[in-house]
Amino acid sequence: MMLTAVFAGFVLAALAPWLTARLGGRVGWLFALLPAAIFVWLAGYIPAIAAGESFYYHYPWIPGLDINLTFLLDGLSLLFGLLISGIGTFIMIYAGKYLDGHQYQGRFFLFLLAFMASMLGLVLSSNLIALFVFWELTSITSYMLIGFNHEDEKSRKSAQQGLYVTVGGGLALMTGLVTLAMVGGSYELVELLGSSEVVQEHALYLPILLLILLGTFTKSAQVPFHFWLPNAMAAPTPVSAYLHSATMVKAGVYLMARLHPTLGGTDTWMIVLGLFGAATMFTGSLMAIRSSGLKSVLAYSTVMALGTLTMLLGVGTPTAIAAAVTFLLAHSLYKGALFMTAGNITHETGHKDFRDVGGLRREMPVSTLFGGLAALSLAGILPFFGFIGKELMFEAVLEANTIGTLITLLALASGIMTVAAAAIVGLRPWFGVRKPTKHTPHDPPLAQLLGPGVLASLGLLLGLLPFIAERSVLSAAALAIAGEPVELKLSLWHGFNLPLLMSAISLLVGLTIYWKWDTVRELLQARRFIDTLGAERGYDAIMRALVVVSEWQTRVLQNGHLRYYILTTVMTLFALLAYTILTRYPVWPGVDFSGIELQHLVIAVLIVLAALVAVSTHSRLGAVATLGAVGFGVALMYVMFSAPDVGITQVLVETLTVILLVLVLFRLPGFLDLTEHSTRLRDAIVAVLMGGVFTLLLLMAIDVQFFPSISEYFIEHSYPSAHGRNIVNVILVDFRTLDTLGEIFVLALAAVGVYAMIKLRAEDRKEGDRP
Amino acid sequence: MSVSLALPVLIPLLAGALSLAFWRSHLAQRWIGVIGTGALLWSSIVLLKVTWQDGIQVMHMGSWAAPFGIVLVSDLLGAIMVLLTGITGFATALYSLVSIPREHEKFGYYPLLHLLLAGVAGAFLTGDIFNLYVWFEVMLVASFALIILGGERAQMEGAIKYVTLNLFSSALFLSAIGLLYGVTGTLNMADVAQKLSQVPEAEQGLVSVISILFLVAFAIKAAAFPLFFWLPASYHTPQVAVSAIFAGLLTKVGVYVLFRFYTMIFADDTELTHTILLWMGMLTMLTGVLGAAAQYEFRRILSFHIISQIGYMILGLAIFTPLAIVGGVFYIMHHIIVKANLFLVSGLVYRLRGTYELKELGGLYRSHPWLGLWFLIPALSLAGLPPLSGFFAKFVIIRAGVEAGEWLAVAVALIVGLLTLYSMIKIWNEVFWKAAPEGCEQREAPPYTHQGNSLVMYYLPIIGLALMTVLIGVAAQPIYELAEAAAEQLLNPVGYIEAVLGAKP
Repeated sequence: MMLTAVFAGFVLAALAPWLTARLGGRVGWLFALLPAAIFVWLAGYIPAIAAGESFYYHYPWIPGLDINLTFLLDGLSLLFGLLISGIGTFIMIYAGKYLDGHQYQGRFFLFLLAFMASMLGLVLSSNLIALFVFWELTSITSYMLIGFNHEDEKSRKSAQQGLYVTVGGGLALMTGLVTLAMVGGSYELVELLGSSEVVQEHALYLPILLLILLGTFTKSAQVPFHFWLPNAMAAPTPVSAYLHSATMVKAGVYLMARLHPTLGGTDTWMIVLGLFGAATMFTGSLMAIRSSGLKSVLAYSTVMALGTLTMLLGVGTPTAIAAAVTFLLAHSLYKGALFMTAGNITHETGHKDFRDVGGLRREMPVSTLFGGLAALSLAGILPFFGFIGKELMFEAVLEANTIGTLITLLALASGIMTVAAAAIVGLRPWFGVRKPTKHTPHDPPLAQLLGPGVLASLGLLLGLLPFIAERSVLSAAALAIAGEPVELKLSLWHGFNLPLLMSAISLLVGLTIYWKWDTVRELLQARRFIDTLGAERGYDAIMRALVVVSEWQTRVLQNGHLRYYILTTVMTLFALLAYTILTRYPVWPGVDFSGIELQHLVIAVLIVLAALVAVSTHSRLGAVATLGAVGFGVALMYVMFSAPDVGITQVLVETLTVILLVLVLFRLPGFLDLTEHSTRLRDAIVAVLMGGVFTLLLLMAIDVQFFPSISEYFIEHSYPSAHGRNIVNVILVDFRTLDTLGEIFVLALAAVGVYAMIKLRAEDRKEGDRP
Repeated sequence: MSVSLALPVLIPLLAGALSLAFWRSHLAQRWIGVIGTGALLWSSIVLLKVTWQDGIQVMHMGSWAAPFGIVLVSDLLGAIMVLLTGITGFATALYSLVSIPREHEKFGYYPLLHLLLAGVAGAFLTGDIFNLYVWFEVMLVASFALIILGGERAQMEGAIKYVTLNLFSSALFLSAIGLLYGVTGTLNMADVAQKLSQVPEAEQGLVSVISILFLVAFAIKAAAFPLFFWLPASYHTPQVAVSAIFAGLLTKVGVYVLFRFYTMIFADDTELTHTILLWMGMLTMLTGVLGAAAQYEFRRILSFHIISQIGYMILGLAIFTPLAIVGGVFYIMHHIIVKANLFLVSGLVYRLRGTYELKELGGLYRSHPWLGLWFLIPALSLAGLPPLSGFFAKFVIIRAGVEAGEWLAVAVALIVGLLTLYSMIKIWNEVFWKAAPEGCEQREAPPYTHQGNSLVMYYLPIIGLALMTVLIGVAAQPIYELAEAAAEQLLNPVGYIEAVLGAKP
């Protein structure tokens, strides 16, 4: 059942283009059945899991590598699973209508369904590598969805950016997970959750933590990697609502929550997560009121939420964890609703900027209602669920000890700006002066209202009756994160205390900012330096540097000149040989000159002289002739050392070569002195070095024989077994006949090659066949 | 002894000879092309099956006892490599039917193809070092002829660089054989391995020096840093079917011999050899991938990626733990299929749009969405994204690196993975996602007059190889077991030695 639940999405995805082509936009309702069914199935686990149970499923995949499809269903995965399938249901319905009639709606559903399945797999996996596989799959499907309008360059760039950032972080994550598994002794989360002591006391704890955080921070758009998320808004709205606010970007948060019992609780954990989370939260809320695009305000407020969650996980106290799960649920509900509503506004009016819309409440009353409800939850107004989340968050930062003051101040500032952002989202399009629009707006059809309606209403319902959420999943989720039972005590009213005061301040100041939003925004936008902060410039710089460095490297290395290639190759060989001889062969070989006779010396001198002439002559013919002389000298050597048949072969080859070369070169002029003097000197040095090291090698190897040679066998068996007296011949045609066969084919190949080279020349090709 | 051992060498030799005999009949040559490579594929499957079930297979050529005669040996690594040769050969032969111009057929394309495959299979199966040299020669001459076939200027230029540097490697290889023969008095690999382990301690230095000669010779063949120049100079010039088979197989012969020699034969001075290999591997990965980032021509990008991927395999060998060797073997298997396929895709794009230049391409996702899928599978696999074959290949190497504490190597491997993705996304963006530039659709390369309009034979091998890529990923367990068993044989060469020389009394 577990496998079916995870993989049904992939199967349906494969069928999606075909089904969409048959059914058109109505297909959204059909696709929604799958997440709805998964939601119902998961909901069936609520009673058991709320009672503290957890479920573990094991299906072998690659047991040799400890990669298995194992699934862990506890409070945390249940919470995420419900969010993914629940919101997924409405997104499918919404997307069916939103992209109705779009040329590529089928492909869209393909990737959306595949994403949903991957996301489910991610949060349910217990095996670290299976989790990582799904993690990467969400990055790829997200890439395909951000780049949905792929003929637009900006879409392509944004998709690419999201992919590189998340996959780059993913690679760090993989290393971190592998190291964690090595240290913790298991690839299974269920086993690692109990081994926090081993892991935290290990010397590799810090690298593990940092590598994993690199992965989760990139995925969950933490400062300084947050820049990709607003750019990802190039995707169609259902994608922004689903992937880039409610689910995928929370994968990083999920993993940090998941690994909290194993890795969390140390000072490093608290400081890193607390600081980066708070910075992200502040950046997100500031950028939200600095922007004016419908989707970018929402995107930055998502960044704010992701930062808040990271910060809370860093604080890690029971209150903080309670705040985290509450805030997470609240955010998913209102953000999904707000994105879909924003999509509806764009769909109906044709505008994408808050500055261009206003006074739509008369034409779109239902949308106004739902959008307003969701915005109230975002602002954290009594009695919405968002209020509870915000109160708990303030409470948690107030009791944080390590860097408490700093993050409390940042939390208050973000709270203020979040109220302003909520007001922008919840008031601006609906109230005020009716601005002229491209199209005449009205409330969209049911498919596009269902999602915002249900999600926004839930925000109110859970606010009024928080125990529903608490008792069903939130307590269990908090238990999974903390590793021990956490009492949530969710209620609307905590009495008059500091968090309430902070809420009140944020509400007042936030509304003031909204009142003066146009001024504030322009003021903020005039501060251009804000754009230069953040890592996007770093990303761009890396992208540019990559091209520059790689082009430079290619110019230097692959420069097109064969002589440099040969030079590098020879010098590499020389360096490695010289190093090896120096380090491995300290004794210089003794040279025994006693066996040398006069005639040997004469031939040797002749060969050397001929070689010298060959390299220094200006005449091609001269060079050929002297090379020939070298060859004949070698042949003489063979003859003298009792290998007359080899000598004869050598003589034949040399004669033929010289004749052929002379025939070819006869008509060519002498060499022109094209090379510089210094170049020739360099080449000479290289040649001498290489020749020297080879001479040394020969001296080392000469007379070294530790074992009897197989040639004894050939001498012995040549006549009795192979019936031939000429041992060389017997070796060629009998003992080692396969070599000869190979060489025959080499000749045949050479013949074919030469024939083709002479006959088939591009210039002579006849017209008619393809040029 | 089993006849199935000789078939992967004999079949392509025979097919090559037959194709030469039917020099004037293109039809016969085309049939021999398909049937010959098909038979090669079949025989390689049989061989792997026999080797898996019955252990290492040995065949004494001419019935001369080892180590005196030449032996063909098939251990799992050899059998796996032969199977990959069969797969690549068959896929390429099908693809060749529609993509090779008549002129090329007329001037010996098919015989060259068969004999190239024979050389490759021979290199994988021989148990004799000099015989290995002979198969290298067969490959070198066949590949040289295939590069120049067509006689374009670029082909000639590439071929000169190709042949010069490879001849240097051959000369080095031969010198090394001579020295090794001097020391051990034998050419049989098993015998060499056995004798080298008995060389007195004081003389190990000479063995190390000889091992360096082999190392450089093979590293040139494998296109490792800084010896890879011949590859980017030549691989983009011939017909794309030729590029595909080169990309899949030729450098992998170099990698294969590195794996063979630096596990079984030269495993004593690993502090020297494997340190060199480690640095070589890392730098190969980096320079290759950076080289690709600077290119804007489909096949050139792919060529540079061959180099960087070679680095991963060498890295697996260099880390030299059992798991790392498994990773290396897994990587080779994955890579051959993926890389050959990417070249085949580039050829189909050329057939549809008449160019390899990314700037002039575009709009293929709109017009050919399925081709987009067939490109993405090998491309993302090459970049190591799950759940495709490349992910598991990379994962094993990374895991081996982490467990061996080779942090620098792990970091390089990861960065190179990301940069590989960069190149693949560049191709995807430019060729598939970008809107087609003006007049792009009109440039479709017309089919060769004798081949009709059908694209089936283009798609068939591409789809087949893409499905294999998916399968290796999704059903990685059996592949992993195979790689594990192959690595086990390499690291414990006793089985190999006994199979060849007979059990010691």
